[in-house]
Amino acid sequence: MNTKDENDQGLLWEVFVQAKPGIPHKHAGSVHAHDAEMALASARDVYTRRREGTSIWVIPSHMITATTEADSESFFDPADDKAYRHPTFYTVPEGVKYL
Amino acid sequence: MTTDIKEMERRFQEKIDSGLKIEAKEWMPENYRKQLIRMISQHAHSEIVGMLPEGNWITRAPSLRRKAVLLAKVQDEAGHGLYLYSAAETLGIDRQTMINQLLEGKAKYSSIFNYPTLSWADIGAIGWLVDGAAIVNQTMLARGSYGPYSRAMVRICKEESFHNRQGYEIIYGLANGSPEQKQMAQDALNRWWWPSIQMLGPSDAQSKNSEETMRWKIKVESNDTVRQRFIDRTVPQAHAAGLSIPDPDLKFNEESGHWEIGEIEWTEFYQVIKGHGPCNHKRMQARQKAENEGKWVREAAAAYAKKQKSRQQIAA
Ligand SMILES: [Fe+2]
Ligand SMILES: [Fe+2]
Ligand SMILES: [Fe+2]
Repeated sequence: MNTKDENDQGLLWEVFVQAKPGIPHKHAGSVHAHDAEMALASARDVYTRRREGTSIWVIPSHMITATTEADSESFFDPADDKAYRHPTFYTVPEGVKYL
Repeated sequence: MTTDIKEMERRFQEKIDSGLKIEAKEWMPENYRKQLIRMISQHAHSEIVGMLPEGNWITRAPSLRRKAVLLAKVQDEAGHGLYLYSAAETLGIDRQTMINQLLEGKAKYSSIFNYPTLSWADIGAIGWLVDGAAIVNQTMLARGSYGPYSRAMVRICKEESFHNRQGYEIIYGLANGSPEQKQMAQDALNRWWWPSIQMLGPSDAQSKNSEETMRWKIKVESNDTVRQRFIDRTVPQAHAAGLSIPDPDLKFNEESGHWEIGEIEWTEFYQVIKGHGPCNHKRMQARQKAENEGKWVREAAAAYAKKQKSRQQIAA
């Protein structure tokens, strides 16, 4: 949205925070900043004032490509009829263990 | 793929009825978008303007502990403003536009922040009553249908309970201090009680748009329901501190289990909203000043980023 220099709010960045080591980064929200360094500092102040994170990623919002609602039905439908990808699809004979 | 608008609206409503959240890029009725932009931006402005009455006491906090707490609290409110501006931006309005609307006096913010903070006890009253009312309202909004707003509310509510407790701690301390201190606490309660009751919005009988707002789950409870919850929570807290609520008609209804308050003076509320409160002008001046005095910082950051970028290009 804010890719132009028309106002002085800077670019919009999406912020991803890892709450503790070993778990995935999760979307926390967004910040405005003129460069990556400022985006990180601002993300720290806005989203981790209470030790909510051990690591932060920031990325300019316009760099993200996402599926759209209109496409999503057909986009995800190849997964719809493949129940055999789940263990519950299979019957385990009585008394057989560790399967 | 052309689906007519009626069908889109039906699917949209179905999604909401089944408890699904609506996300930024999904189809939504124009009026849903409009109502949310208005509501979220007003909420964001309230967080930002809300820093002013409390900021007034940062340099005069009675101890270093109180000062550190108040600074952290006010910083949180800045954070709330930023989360909310971001949530509104997902609906297609940009932050500068919203800020301009505020500075040009075209946008509303919570009427309560147009009252002055006359004594230290007012800082207690704000955390206890204003943040207390905000928590009840925001917990309701967290159950709303728009994903980004609802998530911002969840985050904000987690932070608000510290605001509420630090305020009550101040009030309780004063109320149990010297007679002068107790008088300060009572005086603050007297001035902040009714504005806090009013800040939860016009009564259901007067409030427009509520049918659509409820059907779309922009709000999931009415103003009066939220207000009653706030009253029921707060009256016993006042009594526990040995303070009395400035309402001669206040009584406990044994049957319903609710505290019933007297008539709300709405004329004052509408006067303040229209810009005739004690501090409307001062608040706008302060925002204008901050905007002007911060300009060179934003320009310098932009210039620095530009320079770094061109250096990288030369090096590459
Ligand atoms: Fe807040
Ligand atoms: Fe708030
Ligand atoms: Fe707060």
